[in-house]
Amino acid sequence: MRLRSGRFVAGVAGGVAAHLGVPVLWVRAAFVVLAGVGGAGVLAYGLLWIFVPQETAEVARHVPRAERQQAVGLAALGIAVGIAGSAAGDSFVGWIVGPLGVAAIGAAVVWREADQTQRKRWTEGARTGLSGWSALWRVMAGAVFVAAGIAVFLFGNLQLGQIQFALLAVVAALVGVAVITVPWWLKLVRDLGEERRERIVEAERAEIAAHLHDSVLQTLALIQRQSDQPREVLRLARGQERELRHWLYGPGGYGRQAVESGGLAAAVTAAAAEVEDTYAIDVRPVVVGDRPVDDDLRALVLATREAMVNAAKHAGVEEISVYVEAEEDGVHVFVRDRGVGFDPDAVPEDRHGLADSVHARVTRHGGTVRLRSTPGEGTEVHLSMPVSTPQEAPSS
Amino acid sequence: MTDDPVRVFLVDDHALFRSGVRAELDRGVPDVTVIGEAGSVDEAVAAIRHLKPDVVLLDVHMPDGGGAEVLRRVRPEQPDVVFLALSVSDAAEDVIAVIRAGARGYVTKTISGRELADAVHRVRSGDAVFSPRLAGFVLDVFSDRPGAAPPGDPELDLLTRRERDVLRLLARGYAYKEIASELFISVKTVETHVSSVLRKTQLSNRYELSRWASDRRLV
Repeated sequence: MRLRSGRFVAGVAGGVAAHLGVPVLWVRAAFVVLAGVGGAGVLAYGLLWIFVPQETAEVARHVPRAERQQAVGLAALGIAVGIAGSAAGDSFVGWIVGPLGVAAIGAAVVWREADQTQRKRWTEGARTGLSGWSALWRVMAGAVFVAAGIAVFLFGNLQLGQIQFALLAVVAALVGVAVITVPWWLKLVRDLGEERRERIVEAERAEIAAHLHDSVLQTLALIQRQSDQPREVLRLARGQERELRHWLYGPGGYGRQAVESGGLAAAVTAAAAEVEDTYAIDVRPVVVGDRPVDDDLRALVLATREAMVNAAKHAGVEEISVYVEAEEDGVHVFVRDRGVGFDPDAVPEDRHGLADSVHARVTRHGGTVRLRSTPGEGTEVHLSMPVSTPQEAPSS
Repeated sequence: MTDDPVRVFLVDDHALFRSGVRAELDRGVPDVTVIGEAGSVDEAVAAIRHLKPDVVLLDVHMPDGGGAEVLRRVRPEQPDVVFLALSVSDAAEDVIAVIRAGARGYVTKTISGRELADAVHRVRSGDAVFSPRLAGFVLDVFSDRPGAAPPGDPELDLLTRRERDVLRLLARGYAYKEIASELFISVKTVETHVSSVLRKTQLSNRYELSRWASDRRLV
């Protein structure tokens, strides 16, 4: 980044110094020394001026008077050294690099105007073109520099006839125009990129706002209207939390490709969400591993759901833990609550929930059900279902 | 352990949540005092340096790098301060990232005041705290699926049978005491196993762990 404030010419030296973390004096001195080497310093300065963007924010910098004078002196010295080098050296480098450096500085002067117009456009809206006589003068001066640089370059290096000279003059003029307009082209490309990025950010923002409006804001409104019913408020808040969580972190949520897994994990999570909504309790499923759902596993998921419902209805708790582990040879499910518990041997015959929906369903598909319950300490139902088909073709 | 209350520092960018936790800890729990709170990474780093709390309750999601950034900046100079991550996020990469940055445990923000105080005491005395979900993540990461790359360092990249048993029970919602009686071991042994799992989670080079960590520029 070239500096915007605290600069003497274009802020190139200051920018380089800030980037490298060395005193600006060193950088300026280096440019002067390089100017002696066939004008390389001048060329380098011009090229950096063109291609390094100026910093966008105005940062207040205090420049001491002494440093300002020093910079003026060094710049004059640099130009003198450059001219002396190319005149005295009369070498290949002197005739090529020197004039090109002059041309580059001319282009940079023009570029500086482009910078300023860009700034104006930011503040005043879309208004291209240059303003004022001084700007025009500067552009003219830049163009003369470019033309002179190219002309010296050509005369110094070639001996030509009439027609060749005319042709070359045309080509040189075209090159000059190209060089002068390069800044505008660059600016155009940069502005387009900037604009596209802003559009993308805007689109993202709109999508997020729309989603939050449809979900969270609606729920908050509902909660305010039902604030006298704590249970309902809790249910709404939990449902909304789950939905938002899924959107933020879930596989088909925001910023991700909508992949519907349809696997065991998704099925168990969905069942837990249903129970949570229906019975206004907290169900926390933890799923390790995943696999596609076949008939056996569908039965297992339904049985798991029934076990959760039982716990929700009878245990008298706020929270149920559900743990599902899909292993190579089978799937294990644990549904646990810390509720009232019961004596499994003393369950009345008419309580069919556990017997029919859980036990019969699982055993029909070859699985097992183990029940552990202690009055006063809670209940844990352990369902397991062997899996016959391998999950994936083993790689070994 | 002494009878002095544990000095807790709160880091969360939501003032509302900070005051909620503070009220809950101050109200029901005499052996925990909240000595300060911060709402940003820079504020937190400065205050922790100054106050030297026993335990820092650390929000995972904050601007300027989040909880992991606080850990990264405080841990080298104050290894005695213990961190417990607290988050609404269940995203595995977030949880694993703070654990690998050096947090001694992870709990979700829906935890009750009493449970939170227990967790604070547990990390204070050098143990690890795993929520059921975190236990599930770790089991998942360390499970050997067919086709998975062989572990590089068995010492760090594999869980022992016992550690697996303990993690499974944690994931099933068992408390340490219940795990101990289930497995016929002492509570102290359960704590040792959990600490060892924490160490492996922090140091292992298993692909998922290092990927999550490198996404957050931790390694």
